[in-house]
Amino acid sequence: MDLFEYQGKQYFARFDIPVSAGGIAHTVDEAVAVAEKAGYPVVVKAQVQVGGRGKAGGIKLANNADEVRTHAGNIIGMDIKGHLVKRVWVEHASDIAEEYYASFTLDRAAKKHLLMLSAEGGVEIEEVAAKNPAAILLQHIDPTVGLDAAAAKAAAVKARIPEKAQQGVADILVKLYRCFTEGDCDLAEINPLILKPTGEVHALDAKVSLDGNADYRHPEWAEYAATVELDAREQLAREKGLQYIGLDGTVGIIANGAGLAMSTLDVVNQVGGTAANFLDIGGGANADLMAGALEVINSDQKVKSIFINIFGGITRGEEVANGIVEAMKRVELRAPIVIRLDGTNAEQGREILANAGIPESKLTSKPTMLEAAQAAVALAK
Amino acid sequence: MAIFVDQNTKVIVQGLTGGQGKYHGLRNKAYGTQVVAGVTPGKGGTDVDGIPVFDTVADAVRATGANASFVAVPPKAASAAILEAAEAGVTFIVCITEGIPAQDEARTYNTLVNKHPNVRLLGPNCPGIISPGKCNIGITAGEIAQAPSASGPNVGIVSRSGTLTYQALYELKQRGIGVSTCVGIGGDPVPGTSFIDCLREFQADPETHAIIMIGEIGGSAEEEAAEFIKANVTKPMSAYIAGVTAPAGKKMGHAGAIVSGGKGTAQGKMDALRDAGVRVGQNPTEAGALMAEIVAGLR
Repeated sequence: MDLFEYQGKQYFARFDIPVSAGGIAHTVDEAVAVAEKAGYPVVVKAQVQVGGRGKAGGIKLANNADEVRTHAGNIIGMDIKGHLVKRVWVEHASDIAEEYYASFTLDRAAKKHLLMLSAEGGVEIEEVAAKNPAAILLQHIDPTVGLDAAAAKAAAVKARIPEKAQQGVADILVKLYRCFTEGDCDLAEINPLILKPTGEVHALDAKVSLDGNADYRHPEWAEYAATVELDAREQLAREKGLQYIGLDGTVGIIANGAGLAMSTLDVVNQVGGTAANFLDIGGGANADLMAGALEVINSDQKVKSIFINIFGGITRGEEVANGIVEAMKRVELRAPIVIRLDGTNAEQGREILANAGIPESKLTSKPTMLEAAQAAVALAK
Repeated sequence: MAIFVDQNTKVIVQGLTGGQGKYHGLRNKAYGTQVVAGVTPGKGGTDVDGIPVFDTVADAVRATGANASFVAVPPKAASAAILEAAEAGVTFIVCITEGIPAQDEARTYNTLVNKHPNVRLLGPNCPGIISPGKCNIGITAGEIAQAPSASGPNVGIVSRSGTLTYQALYELKQRGIGVSTCVGIGGDPVPGTSFIDCLREFQADPETHAIIMIGEIGGSAEEEAAEFIKANVTKPMSAYIAGVTAPAGKKMGHAGAIVSGGKGTAQGKMDALRDAGVRVGQNPTEAGALMAEIVAGLR
């Protein structure tokens, strides 16, 4: 789960990482109220999860209440690369002496934590990485060892952070690492990490991505989940506990396992069709989940046919079949189903479907993935 | 021969008294796997369909001489279960648990590397491993796996995706091609066993004559495997990478882009594998068909 900048900053604050005084505003009046409290000059920043906000006019400096009104008025409701700006973060503008970059992530290849630290921070960090990779320190951290104050200081020195900022950067690295590990982040990134003329080091931006698997031990994440922007189909899917991503095609897809779901999309595409969605009902799909999945697909007006592609491991064929029969009782499906069912108890499942009294115009069974895809794509045309 | 597990592998099931553990543990036993014990704290002294249950892995190992474990416990308990098995002397651990936090996986993996270098973890979030006719640990439906033939040629399967692992087994069975071992390494961020670990074993295994590899978008495991194949694998291979048309995930921050340097797309992975001499199919069926051609050439 990706956080908005303001949520990231609030999350940083939980781990004592210094961020600018500021607050969130949904209206112009709220923006002015926050600005008065933070102290002028302030920066008004659009809260969208897409890069290039500044260039799109979504970040503005304001020296007084009138300017806050003008900028907040322009930014709230603005469309930035297809993202509607619903709120702005207003914070006291910082004087910047220098800009650095710091992040922690997991290096899948090395199977260790990775610290990236550079004295050349700012918006063009990827360019720095491409043109002058030596300017970015990449340092692996053994998760069983962690990062202590001495190691953080050594990293700051190695990354050629100027001496006057080394201690401040090291302090933030230790806190950011705690945020990354104890806070269960997939990514904790500060760009830019700034040095103020007064000598303090400070996070001017926050990019935080949380690991959804850890939500059981973070009740405080509930407020972040509430602001995730989903379309109506995705909202319904989330309520049903399904892994769903809405797409624009006409063949509704239900598969078990992310790999098979991706592969199903590939095959539909290959035989000339377009997928309406990605939907993984997961390893332990039962009747309820399958019924929920069909309801979600049925809510998509573009769907002309539904391709259910199940290969049973944990998912058992008879459960899948019972789910389909049950769902067809609950929901009046607008589109016909083509199913391919194989693996654990597949024969039992096929038998249940065959004996359920469902007409062939509503449900057909195909022996292979390719044939099922062809049938589903033909029905969608 | 087979890799990692065979008819002599003695398996305990951690979580045998739970829903998944019982269902799959008993299926594994019915397949012919030596499932010698279960472990559930507090249920020692009981049994599940005649399989004795112990309170700890150490007790189970002492009593049965088990050398492998099948971890089928919920995400909160999985890391501790894996480490308990390693400490009790189990050398091969299969964890099917889905939904373990990445930070836990990273700590558990590195703890094994540092303290138990002889232990191999397969998974988490993987379908398990099957050496057809010999041993099946995990959730694979054994009947879709074709046993290897004594005369060969037989194929080794390694896959990152659960259901596509079964798909690969099925494609070979349809064509009557024997499988030496099929390993599902799982798609989580920190898999205990990598493509390369499996490729190395398959290359060394005299009963494996060709290899199918199933990958998917994200990460760089396939690209690393391609490098390894180029340098070390002489056996013929086919492959499939899922996700050519997958919706692009939201990219956030710069760290991912800096690390990956453009790796991770399905196309990039397919190109890397082709460059290493692997025949790459556009879908699992095509990868199966390509393998059938390879096998026909070996006969």
